[in-house]
Amino acid sequence: MTELRGFYTLWLREVKRYLRDRTRIVSSFVQPLLWLVVFGTGIGAALRSGFQITGVTYQQLIFPGIVAQTLLFTAMFMGISVIWDRDFGFLKEILVAPISRFSLFLGKMFGDSTDAIIQGVIVFGIALLLGINFTLIAFLECLPIMLLITIGLVSVGLVIASFIGSLESFGAIQSFINLPLFFLSGALFPVVGSNIVWLNTAARVNPLTYGVDALKTVILGAAYAPYQIQPLLVDIGIIGAFDLVMIGLGTWAFTRMK
Amino acid sequence: MAVDNLDIVVESGEIFGLLGPNGAGKTTMISMLCTMLKPTSGSAKVNGFDIVKEATQVRKSIGIVFQDPSIDDRLTGRENLYMHANLYGVPPGEQRERIDRILKLVELEDRGNDLMRTYSGGMRRRLELGRGLLHYPKVLFLDEPTVGLDPQTRDHIWTYIRELKKAHDITIVLTTHYMDEADRLSDRIGIMDHGKIIALNTPQKLKDTLEGDVIMIKSPNLDTLTALMAANLELTKTRIVDNTLEVTVRQGKTVMPRIMEIAIRHNLVIDSISLREPNLEDVFLHYTGKMIRADSGRELHGFSAIQRRKIK
Repeated sequence: MTELRGFYTLWLREVKRYLRDRTRIVSSFVQPLLWLVVFGTGIGAALRSGFQITGVTYQQLIFPGIVAQTLLFTAMFMGISVIWDRDFGFLKEILVAPISRFSLFLGKMFGDSTDAIIQGVIVFGIALLLGINFTLIAFLECLPIMLLITIGLVSVGLVIASFIGSLESFGAIQSFINLPLFFLSGALFPVVGSNIVWLNTAARVNPLTYGVDALKTVILGAAYAPYQIQPLLVDIGIIGAFDLVMIGLGTWAFTRMK
Repeated sequence: MAVDNLDIVVESGEIFGLLGPNGAGKTTMISMLCTMLKPTSGSAKVNGFDIVKEATQVRKSIGIVFQDPSIDDRLTGRENLYMHANLYGVPPGEQRERIDRILKLVELEDRGNDLMRTYSGGMRRRLELGRGLLHYPKVLFLDEPTVGLDPQTRDHIWTYIRELKKAHDITIVLTTHYMDEADRLSDRIGIMDHGKIIALNTPQKLKDTLEGDVIMIKSPNLDTLTALMAANLELTKTRIVDNTLEVTVRQGKTVMPRIMEIAIRHNLVIDSISLREPNLEDVFLHYTGKMIRADSGRELHGFSAIQRRKIK
């Protein structure tokens, strides 16, 4: 019971901090809007052949990918925020508490995941305003998938944060983790099945590929079926396995944290 | 080695002060007692629990106020306290009442719902002190509780610490490099240097070990005067600090006229002469041969430094 309350209180803290940060919430609208409106419309108009699905605009096609991207960037940023806690001294207060590191990790991780999912839901709101089609059922089905995607990603962020010492390394995370995972996930263009071998291989080992695939399957429905990489359940299985591995690594990283 | 084979027993219900210069090993010792750091050898018990084998029990028995700020400044004071209560397993039914009481104790009841970032340095420190008590610890560790605070706030915090101890009947272990802090708060003081306890006693008895008063003399002829005094008087100790000669003697009052006598007889000029009771600084000097520099603030890095600047 103590562990559960410890978990709850850490979760609550992350969510409260997030909801109080108005600048972050406002700015969270901007990036997906740019991707969908500027990039989506521009590239969509420039593309004549190749990456086109009949009946689906390019904007609509990349929408699930932009949801995944938002989850990725937010999750990574939130995970890294442990460094912030350490710099501000707050981390000591929770590290010395009589609560297991597993609960501590879970509280922090699910708190950050909740924030990332709220960001993801905001992208759905933007899509609605832009007239991008999706059904209510698809939206509801996306929520658990988004949670699964986020858990692994936040954990990656937390593990990295527990190893690197300063926020200055954040730029490196952007270059070495965020952008490669994003570009190689099929969010903007198909990578799996590409006849360029390295691209194909890199995409297949990228866990986000399966997240994007799952979101596209649910949001785009029948139109996407011929392009699907894996059946939905296989996608979910792969993401889930990745999550479990990352939770294990994260707990270990938190246990050795001083 | 930061801490080297210490053998100390802190009595239940006392305020035990660890006094020493920065880098003496005080924080290392506290970190080990709080189970944050594993000792390379040896063992210690806190509230009867072994710090290595029964870490969780130890953690439940202690409260800590860290040297650096450790609050979430984006939450309110009350929220910080609720979080602490949950982390330390305070029953939900009691949380509200306890938090109200703690806020009252540290005189922050009207600020409880404000974000911590709007608090002054002294208020944050008070909230941290209150937070350390929220789960009714048996032992409270205070690591440099007033470092970086202004004299008025420090005085305030000392009053709180004494009141908290009285109201909650707890044992307090406090580290400090401030002489006055150790002197005014502690029942007993352990003087620490280079990871070792070099003296341990009540503040009064520590001062008594010096067996004497300190006479301070300012004069342009210090060297001659020192030599003459050494030849004619019984001096326990002499040293020169900032062009002032400090001599330790048994009976300050009777020695002072004799110093004047010597000076006049040899035509030496004395600019000023004064007498004081020995303080802990002298005690520290006595044992280590050097001074604690009270102004040598610890170097802070990164955001702790920013936080600390805010507190000042």
